[in-house]
Amino acid sequence: MNPVVPRLLAPISALVLAPLLLGLIGRVKAMMGARRGAPLLQPYRDLARLLGKGEVLSTTATLLFRLAPVAVLASTAAALFLLPAGPLPPVLSFPGDLLLLAYLLALGRFGTLAAAMDTGSAFEGMGASREAAFSALSEPALFLALGGLAWARHDLSLGGLLGGGSTAGLARQAPALGLFTAALFLLLLAENSRIPVDDPATHLELTMIHEVMVLDHSGPTFAAILYGASLKLWIFASLLVSVWIPAGLPAWASAGLYAAGMALVAVSVGLVESLTARLKLAKVPRFLALAGVLAGLGCLVLFAGGRP
Amino acid sequence: MSRALMPLANGAAARLEEVPVWPVRLFRDRVLEAAFEGARLVALLPLAQPRGSGRELLAVLAQDHRGTLLLGAGDLEGASAYPAFTPEWPQAQAFERDLWESRGLLPEGHPWLKPLRFPRLPDGQTIPASYPYFAMEGAELHEVAVGPVHAGIIEPGHFRFQCHGEKVFHLEIQLGFQHRGWRGLMAGAPPARRAVLAESLAGDTAVGHAVAWAMIEEALGAILVPPRSQALRAVALELERLANHTGDLGALAGDVGFLPSASYLGGLRGDCLNLTQRLCGSRMGRGLVVPGGVRFDAPAALAEEVAGSLSRTWRSIEEAAGLLFDASPVQERFQGTGAVGREVAEALGLVGVAGRASGCDRDARRDHPAGFYRFAQIPPQTLASGDVYARAVVRFLEMRQSFEFLEGHLRALPQGAVGVPAKKARSGHVAAALVEGWRGEIAHVAVTGASGEMASYEAVDPSFHNWMGLAMALRDQAISDFPLCNKSFNLSYAGHDQ
Repeated sequence: MNPVVPRLLAPISALVLAPLLLGLIGRVKAMMGARRGAPLLQPYRDLARLLGKGEVLSTTATLLFRLAPVAVLASTAAALFLLPAGPLPPVLSFPGDLLLLAYLLALGRFGTLAAAMDTGSAFEGMGASREAAFSALSEPALFLALGGLAWARHDLSLGGLLGGGSTAGLARQAPALGLFTAALFLLLLAENSRIPVDDPATHLELTMIHEVMVLDHSGPTFAAILYGASLKLWIFASLLVSVWIPAGLPAWASAGLYAAGMALVAVSVGLVESLTARLKLAKVPRFLALAGVLAGLGCLVLFAGGRP
Repeated sequence: MSRALMPLANGAAARLEEVPVWPVRLFRDRVLEAAFEGARLVALLPLAQPRGSGRELLAVLAQDHRGTLLLGAGDLEGASAYPAFTPEWPQAQAFERDLWESRGLLPEGHPWLKPLRFPRLPDGQTIPASYPYFAMEGAELHEVAVGPVHAGIIEPGHFRFQCHGEKVFHLEIQLGFQHRGWRGLMAGAPPARRAVLAESLAGDTAVGHAVAWAMIEEALGAILVPPRSQALRAVALELERLANHTGDLGALAGDVGFLPSASYLGGLRGDCLNLTQRLCGSRMGRGLVVPGGVRFDAPAALAEEVAGSLSRTWRSIEEAAGLLFDASPVQERFQGTGAVGREVAEALGLVGVAGRASGCDRDARRDHPAGFYRFAQIPPQTLASGDVYARAVVRFLEMRQSFEFLEGHLRALPQGAVGVPAKKARSGHVAAALVEGWRGEIAHVAVTGASGEMASYEAVDPSFHNWMGLAMALRDQAISDFPLCNKSFNLSYAGHDQ
């Protein structure tokens, strides 16, 4: 068998399973709120419904507005090819590919921002300004966390820095890795417009960050945006989980750990959303600064422990 | 010519001749003197059948510390303009805009003379094409317009924010999209139809407005209502308060994304509404109140059943609201958000929850007790901070009081009949009624003509006083906090627009 085919399983499983994470978060929130809630597979149904719909375009929108969702989806999907998944190494890997990952995500964001500005709506401009301001703060934290991991694992490729830890190494570096993971979890909440930074379930356009930028999208292009958002959530969850999967396990154990870890992240997000309220918008920068501080602290711990 | 404004008890009527009349400038001085001594404006309306040389303006004020209403009239002496109250007395602003818009009287010197409810200006120009919106200019400023069509299933209203980045300099609220010509319908309607109209002025305050209207009919017909029906009215009023405050706390939790309280309190509001349904067959309490009493009695078994369900519901409400007030992230969001200071609140004449949260110690149940509240006192709950937190806490404290009131009185209702026949209104009288609805002070004022017909009927929903309070609450706030501030006031569009 061509060795590339099993490797493609990683991005393919992500493409298939990503909306499931959103479904799981929804189930947890419904259970915590004592509501019946939407079924687990609702995100898939939403996507199917949107794909069958027509599209309404603002009169001020240009070609940019229509291209942006494609750019968002394409750049996010491309980022999947850089990530390991349990026993599967990444399809593409080279030293420094963590920069490519960060900027593929940034490219997706640029697409959303540009499309939002293109509509000429006051709401969407406001959302774009918020997203741009907050992403400028989350990017350094992301680099600090990924850079710290690279330093801990002596490897500048995502495949190496995420999946390379031996069991003994994991135990020894647990404090630093824990801090990097915590930083990545906060970034996951912020980057995927979850509570306490944003509320994906709100209908209040004045309070939204990410959702308000996509108000004008409809039908298939809106499906592309929602699907792209679920892929982005998968990417961040995958970063968190892969750090903790030891190298050298049998394939089934590694795959099982990966799947359980992804579910755990979704459940944690659901719990956070059920137990806490949203922050004041003006306090969001502090939240992002906290992610940066945690990652920086992880680097200090590594340094103080004498880099292994 | 009398020296002072005429006192009138809440829920009483007086012959129209007894109301003192002055030339309009003197009238203005009299009213402002009372205002500087702490009286609040309750209603301002033109009299349909003037006694003097021209049109007449009737002012109804509330003197809270004496527990009395004050009435006085100003003779416009043939003119259709008069010197405005608003420059000295900001709480008159909406009343005077209403006079200008729908009665063709010009309040000279009014600083904010804009349409209140109508889709066109008096000169015939249409809105929004020529609505004189407040605007700011500058390269770094931007304007955000929201509504009248909103993202949620709520009533229509238009909000314009003048912003610098996330900061709001000014919010202008333009209403009127729910205007139904209520006043005209009410004046021309037969008594049976008036009940339906009173209940639908603001659908979430059906009991409050129905009680105020019934008090007017009873005052004009000079009938006394039996104690048992007064108690049942108070029960319905407190159930309405409990249900709406519960729903409001749930909505506040939902706005800050705090799901546990949001889901439970939303459901518990329904449980409270169901108790009202047990009493009268309507969840909103429609059809319960009639002039002379109430339409449905609550036999001991039913009252016991309602009291029992209420205790269980209250335990759940206390628990779910406790989650909300114990959660530090929620406190962080509520405190300091949308604060209205006491001075501003007094100047604007804020009433009800919004007023008490800003330290205005007023509650018609204590200050102007009528009906059952003469026997069962409920002291007002006030806070000083005037922010979203204060409005939430005042709601919760009032919910507890309503529960304790219901718990105590449902099992010990006065004996006797639940109603007496209504009587025809006396001619040439003026009657005024204040009811503390769940949102705040509801005022109804009626004047009868020569044959006892309703010559004019004026209803003032608490929202009419409070919308400007919301606009002021947004000064220097983050625009992203607007939905939360709005929810903490939870004002009625329909009640304002009539």
